[in-house]
Amino acid sequence: MGDWWTPAMMPDPSLDNKELSSISGISMSPSRQNSHHSLHSTMVLPKTSYSVISAFCTEENISQCIAYINQEVCSLGLTGVSLESESGGLSAVLVLNLLYEVLQLQRRAQRALHELETQQLKNSSDLEHLQHSNCRLKDQLEHTRRENSGLHEGERQLQLKIKTLQNCLKSEKEEVQKLQSIISSRATQYNHDSKRKERECTKLKERLNQLLMDKRDKKLSIEMSNYVGRSDGKRGLWKTSKMEARHEGEMYRALLSDYETRQRSLVLENSELKKVLQHMKKDMIAILSPKNVCVQPEPADDSLEQAVSEGEEEAGDRSRESLEQSCEQAREQLTNSIRLQWRKLKSHMERLDSQVSLEREGDEVMSRKEHEDEMQRMRLELQQCKEFIHMQQQLLQQQLSSPCDEETAALLNDCYTLEEKERLKEEWRLFSEQKRNFERERKNFTEAAIRLGHERKAFEEDRAVWLKTQFLNMTPFVDRKRPALSEPHGALAVSTEPEAKLQSTPPLVTKSQSYSVFSTPKAAPVKMPSTADLYRTLHLIPESRGHGKCASGKMLTKSRLRNCSTDCSVISLVRDESSPV
Amino acid sequence: MNFSEVFKQSNQLCKVSPDGKYLATCVQYRLVVRDFNSLQIVHLYTFLDPVMHMEWSSDSLFILCAMYKRGLVQVWSLEQPDWHCKIDEGSIGLVSSRWSPDGRHILNTTEFSLRVTVWSLCTKSVSYIKYPKACQKDFTADGRYMALAERRECKDYISVFVCDDWHLLRHFESETQDLAGLEWSPNSCVLAVWDSCLEYKILLYSLDGRLLSSYSAYEWSLGIKSVAWSPSSQFLAIGSYDEKVRILNHITWKKITQFEHPATIINAKAVVFKEVEKRPVVGSEDLSIHQLTVDNSLFSTQSKYEITQLPAQVPVIKPDPDRANPKIGISALAFSAGNHYLATKNDNMPQNLWVWDMQRLSLLAVLEQTAPVRCFVWDPHRPRLALCTGNTKVYLWSPVGCVSVNVPVEGSFQVQSLFWHCSGSSLVLLSKEHICLCYVDAEEEK
Repeated sequence: MGDWWTPAMMPDPSLDNKELSSISGISMSPSRQNSHHSLHSTMVLPKTSYSVISAFCTEENISQCIAYINQEVCSLGLTGVSLESESGGLSAVLVLNLLYEVLQLQRRAQRALHELETQQLKNSSDLEHLQHSNCRLKDQLEHTRRENSGLHEGERQLQLKIKTLQNCLKSEKEEVQKLQSIISSRATQYNHDSKRKERECTKLKERLNQLLMDKRDKKLSIEMSNYVGRSDGKRGLWKTSKMEARHEGEMYRALLSDYETRQRSLVLENSELKKVLQHMKKDMIAILSPKNVCVQPEPADDSLEQAVSEGEEEAGDRSRESLEQSCEQAREQLTNSIRLQWRKLKSHMERLDSQVSLEREGDEVMSRKEHEDEMQRMRLELQQCKEFIHMQQQLLQQQLSSPCDEETAALLNDCYTLEEKERLKEEWRLFSEQKRNFERERKNFTEAAIRLGHERKAFEEDRAVWLKTQFLNMTPFVDRKRPALSEPHGALAVSTEPEAKLQSTPPLVTKSQSYSVFSTPKAAPVKMPSTADLYRTLHLIPESRGHGKCASGKMLTKSRLRNCSTDCSVISLVRDESSPV
Repeated sequence: MNFSEVFKQSNQLCKVSPDGKYLATCVQYRLVVRDFNSLQIVHLYTFLDPVMHMEWSSDSLFILCAMYKRGLVQVWSLEQPDWHCKIDEGSIGLVSSRWSPDGRHILNTTEFSLRVTVWSLCTKSVSYIKYPKACQKDFTADGRYMALAERRECKDYISVFVCDDWHLLRHFESETQDLAGLEWSPNSCVLAVWDSCLEYKILLYSLDGRLLSSYSAYEWSLGIKSVAWSPSSQFLAIGSYDEKVRILNHITWKKITQFEHPATIINAKAVVFKEVEKRPVVGSEDLSIHQLTVDNSLFSTQSKYEITQLPAQVPVIKPDPDRANPKIGISALAFSAGNHYLATKNDNMPQNLWVWDMQRLSLLAVLEQTAPVRCFVWDPHRPRLALCTGNTKVYLWSPVGCVSVNVPVEGSFQVQSLFWHCSGSSLVLLSKEHICLCYVDAEEEK
């Protein structure tokens, strides 16, 4: 254990409290302490170690202890107050001061220790945390490394693939080039061959022709009965240069005529288009100007509109004129005017659109009004129809009642009686059905009533029992009389019942009158009257109080019995009153 | 609608004279000329060999009959039954024979397109045109000029001849790789020349050989399949392998519009007529032998048109890409007489006929038949379209609607092709071996 002490110049923060206490717990003889005099024990001894101190100082070694303490205190750098007084005894002030200082020191050290401990704890936890995070990061690093290597591998493979694909592409390209060159060479070869063949063919044809001509093919002939005149009736003409010129002329004439007809048709088309254009312009102007006026009938605007329309008309005139002019000059003007008008038309259309949205609301009002009118009309019509029907009915009735032919009347009567019968039968059927229904319902109702009665009875019994017990509980003689009451209960109830009935019947007849009378008994259980009151009201207090004591016991039991019976009747009354509710 | 009795015919050789008076039919070795109105036989000619080709001269006076196997052409006169002309092309062979527009010359093309021989009936003279390109020649509508495609030194040339005296008016090189066709505009002033289907290219030449314009819609895929001028020469419709028709105008020669033939018709303005067949329901007790023999209409199915709700799906066949001349694209187009309508047929939608309104430049009607459309022809005067699908019915379309008419003849008459009489009052229907006349009244339309 001494090893622990030697290096401990300062309180070791690494040592925790337990260790300290255990150390302090070691009994240390002062002799031993003395032998280790040179050792500076800065140990702050906890308060629990008074026993040690008591062991440390004895009567014999006070001076030694003082010296030791002095030394220790000096070494601690405390005021250097020597504990040794001149008198050889201990000055209490000094000791106390010293003790106080030591205590202060100790407290400070304790605080520092605490702080250090918490710091230590914090640090250790930090350390732990850091270790954890370190671990985690290491794992992560490992993971990412692995991932990285995987990616690297993938990339390498992809690169490889790319390389192969590129190779493939290159080879394909080469193939394509090769094929193209083959195709082109083949094409040239084919063209060449075909040309050669064609040449050969023409040569052969030439040769064949030559042969045929040379051979003077006898078969080649025409046999004809006689010559036929030309279809146009003219004679054939010699082939001369004049003829050639004529042919040329005719050809050109034909071409010319064709061009002329084409031009004519184009001119026609052009003029038609112009006409259409003009018409359109006119329409446009017509549409644009008056509408503007009618849409905005403000006098201020009117003149302006007029001016605009005039301007438009002028423009129209101008364009009309320009249409007659040659195209190039007119074109620009024409396009400009058309563009202008088109723009106007567009804006006009937009305005119209906006107006339409405004007008729609008015439209709705109109439609509602129309609806109303329509409804009115329809109602009227309905009324008319009703009247008409009514009239018809009346006429029919009249016709029936009027004495027409007897036969028809009879027939009609028959008809009516038959009809009536039918109707009656129908009604009868309905009635019987209803009756059946009614019966069924009644049966149900009676059953329900019976059930209700049963239930009521049970409930009443329950209630009677409950009230009785309640009442009996309230009575002051409950503890005394319970055994006596419980025994004759059944007999008593039976005996009292007719009495109660007798008493209860009259108030039922004159219920409204007796209400006030019965209010007291009704209130009785609520108010919980005192026993004396109860007795008084029930006339149970005998007048013959002055009778002998011996007789009183008998009387008491008797009155008790009576009391019980009246009590019961009261309860039954109350019950009766409440039950019909 | 009335039908005549049925006459025999072979090789689909049946022509009405340009003046509309006669009907000539070939039956093997014989040529029968009938009066069109009475159908009485007017003339009967006999040949040495089965006739392969027959043509009326423009003035309806002569009939040309060609027997290609023998290299022989025989001409008969209607006015002089004893007049006769026989042209022998000799050992060089014959592949085509036609009248010149004046009706006095015959142009024979020899085998291998070696030359075109021009025979004159007036002077018995013969002249040759060398290096023709296989049958690529076209006369102007007025009959004054002929354009002929030639191939010399591996280049395409066009020669314009004056038909009067076969004077070569113009000779110029055309800017085509391999000229596939040429056609004069109806006003005889513009010649449309188009390249083979390998390249989309159409060239427009003036009568004097100037190149007016050239048009190409796209490159690198199969190009023009068919071309048609409108009767007014105002439009040039070009049908191509991309299933579109492009319309060029006659002033700028630029495209005005293009008509697509989609598989799903969503154009709300178009009416889709779908032919619906329904077999007549016959009770088993009616199926007596007697009934079967007498009433052959039992076997023929009735059909009618129903208007399909849009959007309508058009049946499309997928062409085989590995075969030449794939069945895709606009193979036929025709303008109506008044320029108002254009009828087109797309080869990969063979059951459909498309009618376009040329005034609105939009789709007007689509006729969906139960069988592939074989042939369709416009009435020469009215906007009325007749078509056949190789079954026993004739179909007529007009702006007011569609009708399908069963040909009420004994046996089955499967209409392979048809054409209008020049008056527009009747139709000539051709089956494999028979003909039948169908008289269409104007009131019938309504």
